[in-house]
Amino acid sequence: MRPLNLLWLQSGGCGGCTLSLLNAEQPALFERLADAGIRLLWHPSLSEASGREALQILQDCADGQQVVDLLCLEGSVMTGPEGTGAFHRLAGTDQPMMHWIRKLAQRARYVLAVGTCAAYGGITSAASGDGFASLLGATGLQFDGAEPGGLLGPGFRAAEGLPVVNIAGCPTHPGWVLDTLLAIAMRRFDEADLDELGRPRLYADHLVHHGCPRNEFYEYKASAEKPGDLGCLMEHRGCVGTQAHGDCNTRLWNGSGSCLRGGYPCIACTEPGFESPRHAFAVTPKVAGIPVGLPADMPKAWFVALAALSKSATPKRVRENATADHLLLAPPVRRRKPR
Amino acid sequence: MSTRIVGPFNRVEGDLEVRLDVADGVVQSARVVSPLYRGFEPMLLGRVAEDALVIVPRICGICSVAQSAAAASALRQLTGLVPPENGQLAANLVLACENLADHLSHFYVFFMPDFARDAYRARDWFAQAKRRFKAGEGTASAEVLPARANFMHLMGLLAGKWPHTLCLQPGGTSRPLENAECLQVLTLLRAFRRFLERSVFDDSLESVARLTSSDDLAHWRRGRKGDLALFLTISDDLALHAIGRATDVFLSAGAYAQAQAHLFPAGLWRKGAVEALQPSAIVEDLSHAWMAGGTAAPYAGQTIPAPDKPDAYTWCKAPRYHDLVVETGALARQMVAGHPLIRALVTTDGASVRARVLARLLELALVVPHMEAWAQALQPRAPWCLPFVAPEHAHACGMVEAARGALGHWVGLQHGRISGYQIIAPTTWNFSPRDAAGRPGALEQALVGLPVPDAEDPPLVIQHVVRSFDPCMVCTVH
Repeated sequence: MRPLNLLWLQSGGCGGCTLSLLNAEQPALFERLADAGIRLLWHPSLSEASGREALQILQDCADGQQVVDLLCLEGSVMTGPEGTGAFHRLAGTDQPMMHWIRKLAQRARYVLAVGTCAAYGGITSAASGDGFASLLGATGLQFDGAEPGGLLGPGFRAAEGLPVVNIAGCPTHPGWVLDTLLAIAMRRFDEADLDELGRPRLYADHLVHHGCPRNEFYEYKASAEKPGDLGCLMEHRGCVGTQAHGDCNTRLWNGSGSCLRGGYPCIACTEPGFESPRHAFAVTPKVAGIPVGLPADMPKAWFVALAALSKSATPKRVRENATADHLLLAPPVRRRKPR
Repeated sequence: MSTRIVGPFNRVEGDLEVRLDVADGVVQSARVVSPLYRGFEPMLLGRVAEDALVIVPRICGICSVAQSAAAASALRQLTGLVPPENGQLAANLVLACENLADHLSHFYVFFMPDFARDAYRARDWFAQAKRRFKAGEGTASAEVLPARANFMHLMGLLAGKWPHTLCLQPGGTSRPLENAECLQVLTLLRAFRRFLERSVFDDSLESVARLTSSDDLAHWRRGRKGDLALFLTISDDLALHAIGRATDVFLSAGAYAQAQAHLFPAGLWRKGAVEALQPSAIVEDLSHAWMAGGTAAPYAGQTIPAPDKPDAYTWCKAPRYHDLVVETGALARQMVAGHPLIRALVTTDGASVRARVLARLLELALVVPHMEAWAQALQPRAPWCLPFVAPEHAHACGMVEAARGALGHWVGLQHGRISGYQIIAPTTWNFSPRDAAGRPGALEQALVGLPVPDAEDPPLVIQHVVRSFDPCMVCTVH
């Protein structure tokens, strides 16, 4: 079997998804790709080819002379100002990057958006008060925020028949990208493996809430009030992990980490529109003391009732530890009576 | 005179085009072009101050923590908040972890692969360089990537994840550690030290840190294994000490704040002397950038894209310090800090490709022992973070040293919302365009006089000089 050719492009993004890929472990990135039978045709950060050498590769791919099995885009498509794409010109050419992205997507057997920017527009499409976001025109490959469309349009299908695969995240976990690439390479991946927003279910069918080490605090609504507090971050500190799609607290990042383990809230970076919440990121918006954003599939009235009951049942240990930055009270030791 | 356009210039953490005016096979003048604009500064307007902590790391996936650190620093200056010692130590550990991982990534992934190019096949050292550094195939990555990823476990432990952490707060860090976790930090640092001493230096870190002169270096190199020694062999053969000189004016914002001072102090080195850094001397000139407006100090700065502006050729603004074109980065840091080896090399030859690469590798040897000391100084039961409340009306500046040099955030608040936010990144300094007086930026000056043989496309020496700065193009324009 011939190796699969992977072409990686970067546009309106920060390159963080690639840097995150370099954190892949056991095995590391190049071994992982080789084991999956994937050959890196060109990557802006990893390949030798530069200048005219790189342009030749891109041109050969665009002309169909070089097979592109996997086209990955990192960073949003820059369509502004006013559809000209001039905010990102491909260096060494006089053409907007979006032009190259569109041409190459027409040739690829699979098209993958790596990161929320490429999937939905992401941080680059964040709104600001003066119409700045619409001037910039940053969009995803096949979505503009949560709206199907983007650069390629809702009807786009890559040569093997799939829509754009949206490996959303800011950044993506290296495992999300590499597990998806391996599944595709082994032909164990089809449209049923994508959710409604085009995300691979292998990570998107989980909630960040699953496996959060603060779960005991969550159960009792014993909540953190300031950075460093051990308690649940949902009630006051803006955490939306109960709604966010991702397996961050089970897969773990950089060995043993996650946002929650790092002491800060989940901001749902795998979701379209996460970059423009209608409130400050680290503050939970409330009405009459009740958080506005509740778990999507939970009846609100029952949630409020449950929360009130659990607050009444909170052990002293949990209540006091919640607003401390270290364990004030350890769990009790139960001694079994001798028979 | 002919124009050679080199682009897309890759392995520069973003988008870069270099336009060279060539006559007699040599660069007469150069224009450095940043062709991507995203507009983070306007994006922040109208938001609450703390939102900057979420947004600015997304300027850059390799300098993510540096951006967070600069924002946290600017925010705490708004109220004069001083983080507790644990918070300061943990923040230093997190920033140093990123900076050193970046030095490693630059050397092995971005810079050395160019010496494995076929064009060098006739050199004595080529077989070894190709085996070790060939992009995607060399033996180095099989050792370096796992060592780097393991070092990044520090991020999982101290910062939740990397890139894009929210653990750096104006009041300290959000991740308190228990005693056993502090020891885990030490374990990770010792493993990283072992890798550096075995693969990079073939010597102890302390020994490398003690090198003081060119002769010292030549003597140290004899019979030495490891990748630094191989680089020095290549450097001698290609005379990398004789190319890449820019303005020899070096700026450091001060690295790793400790109780009273920085580990590597802030300052400006010029003509053999160090002056105190005056942030008020910094302006951004817009004359050759696709930006509307004139020269302004960052507090008064604006970012209004003007893509059709005549005479402009880049999205990058031109920062100047008292009208000087400066260079920033590890070389600048160590010049200001006065490391004898670096001072000796620059005094003899000026800045160069060799000096820049050496300064970064030297920092690996210099900083790891300090990280070990910081880890041991953590006190689990003491505070890690103080609460921060943004004022209604204020302005402040936070400057840190990212891996690539001085990074500054200038923030203004009105009615509790961001009314102004200007960022100057290290590569904004290094890859700046001309200013209104026609003075080229640092790289633009360094490229003058370099050979551009017709047969080389892309030209080799140009690539070494450009990458020697360790550019981060996504930070440059932001």
